[in-house]
Amino acid sequence: MGKILDKIKLGKVLVSDGAWGTFLQQKGLKTGECPEEWNITHPDEVLDIARSYIEAGADMVETNSFGGTRFKLEKYGLEDKVFELNKAAAEISRKAAGDKFVLGSVGPTGKILMMGDVTEEELFEAFKEQAKGLESGGADAIMIETMSDLDEARIAIQAAKQHTRLEVFCTMTFEKTVTGEFRSMMGVSPTEMVQTLVGAGAELIGANCGNGMVGMVAIVEEIRKANAEIPILVHANAGMPVYSDGETVFPEKPDEMATLVPKIIKAGANVIGGCCGTTPEHICKVRDAIDKS
Amino acid sequence: MSELLSNIAECIEFGKINKVAPFPPQMKGQDGADELTRQALDEGISAQRILTEGLMVGMEKVGIKFRENKVFVPQVLMSAKAMSTAMIHLKPFFLSGEVKEKGTFIIGTVEGDLHDIGKNLVSMMVEGNGWKVVDLGTDVKAEQFVSAIKEHQNAFVGLSALLTTTMVSMEKITKAIKEAIPEAKVAVGGAPVTDDFRKKIGADVYSPDPQGLVEYLNAQVA
Ligand code: B1M
Repeated sequence: MGKILDKIKLGKVLVSDGAWGTFLQQKGLKTGECPEEWNITHPDEVLDIARSYIEAGADMVETNSFGGTRFKLEKYGLEDKVFELNKAAAEISRKAAGDKFVLGSVGPTGKILMMGDVTEEELFEAFKEQAKGLESGGADAIMIETMSDLDEARIAIQAAKQHTRLEVFCTMTFEKTVTGEFRSMMGVSPTEMVQTLVGAGAELIGANCGNGMVGMVAIVEEIRKANAEIPILVHANAGMPVYSDGETVFPEKPDEMATLVPKIIKAGANVIGGCCGTTPEHICKVRDAIDKS
Repeated sequence: MSELLSNIAECIEFGKINKVAPFPPQMKGQDGADELTRQALDEGISAQRILTEGLMVGMEKVGIKFRENKVFVPQVLMSAKAMSTAMIHLKPFFLSGEVKEKGTFIIGTVEGDLHDIGKNLVSMMVEGNGWKVVDLGTDVKAEQFVSAIKEHQNAFVGLSALLTTTMVSMEKITKAIKEAIPEAKVAVGGAPVTDDFRKKIGADVYSPDPQGLVEYLNAQVA
């Protein structure tokens, strides 16, 4: 297929979607409820989210399957529904996307390899199972995201590469340390990430969550320096969260986010979208900014 | 004798679990927290001293290095594992009454939150200070805290949260506890929590670290 990558090779900067988690909560998802179960119980609400990002001008939309591995689903007693819930997730986003692309979202399992929580084989099987569900529901690519452990990321990429025919993408989450460098929770730098992910077969890499656009510019520069060719995606938060009056608020407004678009393109980004706190309005402004630049 | 304690502290600081553990590479083949703690007990050093002058010293050092981003989660996890391995040797002394149980402390990570490294450290330190600890695990709902307090009369309760999103459920849980058992004392902690926040939600005490919590608990029964 190579569809998304083909567009990037033509020199196009593409727009991805914005936040899902907060959007689902607005629609009534409660803490303690399984977001992926909504693909079966509330398909219209999920469709509505996907559609609102496509209408905002996104070239691609993710699926409601971030916690769709058996290790996450078992908390809700849904570990036997991995294939079904992921397939449904992809079908819903496919329906919303039309001729736009669908990125099958795969998040971390929450298990830590080095602590012996799981074996590499168990992780591989879990990612394989999820990726196959997403492929059968019509995803164009597998989007492995917000990883913090290099080994888990590598295993997820290998499972998706070996067991689907889809393009495989992977992002990690970085935080700024007190010394001003960027590191994942497990201590991985953007530079260290590049070789392992590309070596495992990821065809696009990047960063999501953990930073607003400002931090993302620096991260993209670091990735670009380590690899001149690999396509880069960012899903930036709407700034850094502040806690006020019983609520977590992401302060960056759509216009503020959009002003940094030229800068992040210059740094080397090929796909730009949002994470926590971003809305269809943010994506709409990013679209405008890309079209203008 | 004190050299042995500082060797134990070093094992905790660098995450050396036992002799066969391959991590960290620079300590390969040396005795780890497991062997040295056993040896210290055999030499007649008290469990309390091993805890406060060995294990906790090491743990404090990793904690500081972690805060300064000089080490990352893998190292903290290895240190925590080394500490829990050593605690297995010390536990019988705390339970047998060589150190008398001061009371019961119930702890859990709040609903929606799965972070348990910090909570486990708090548990170990509270237990090591002579308290019976009832650990409810992670993702603990208000009702679970309430029924545990009902089961263990006069117990103190601690809530841990690591996410700005789940810290919000501390308020709900504290309210539910106070409603069901008005005299219950609720402690809160975890990286995003502050004393201001504690006041706002009506909890009784906040501590940024396990030591502060231990001091509070001990003062309550002194
Ligand atoms: C009752 O009285 C008391 C008193 C004192 C108390 C107390 C209670 N509780 C704690 N204390 C105190 O004593 C302890 C010892 O000194 C201290 O405990 P702490 O827990 O603070 O400290 C521990 C000793 C060490 N610290 C830790 O263990 C936390 C470290 C970091 C790196 C971290 C880890 C390890 C993990 N994580 Co997560 N994680 C991060 C953390 C970032 C960081 N650098 O701090 C943080 C907390 N995580 C975050 C996120 C976003 C997430 N994590 C997630 C998952 C994970 C792992 C599973 C990978 C792993 C947890 C493993 C485990 N079994 O616990 C996800 C959430 C899962 C969930 N539902 O809970 C996920 C959502 C990531 C994702 N996209 O999937 C961020 C929270 C952002 C926010 N402000 O809300 C985060 C700050 C990293 C970041 N900057 O992005 C004190 O606070």
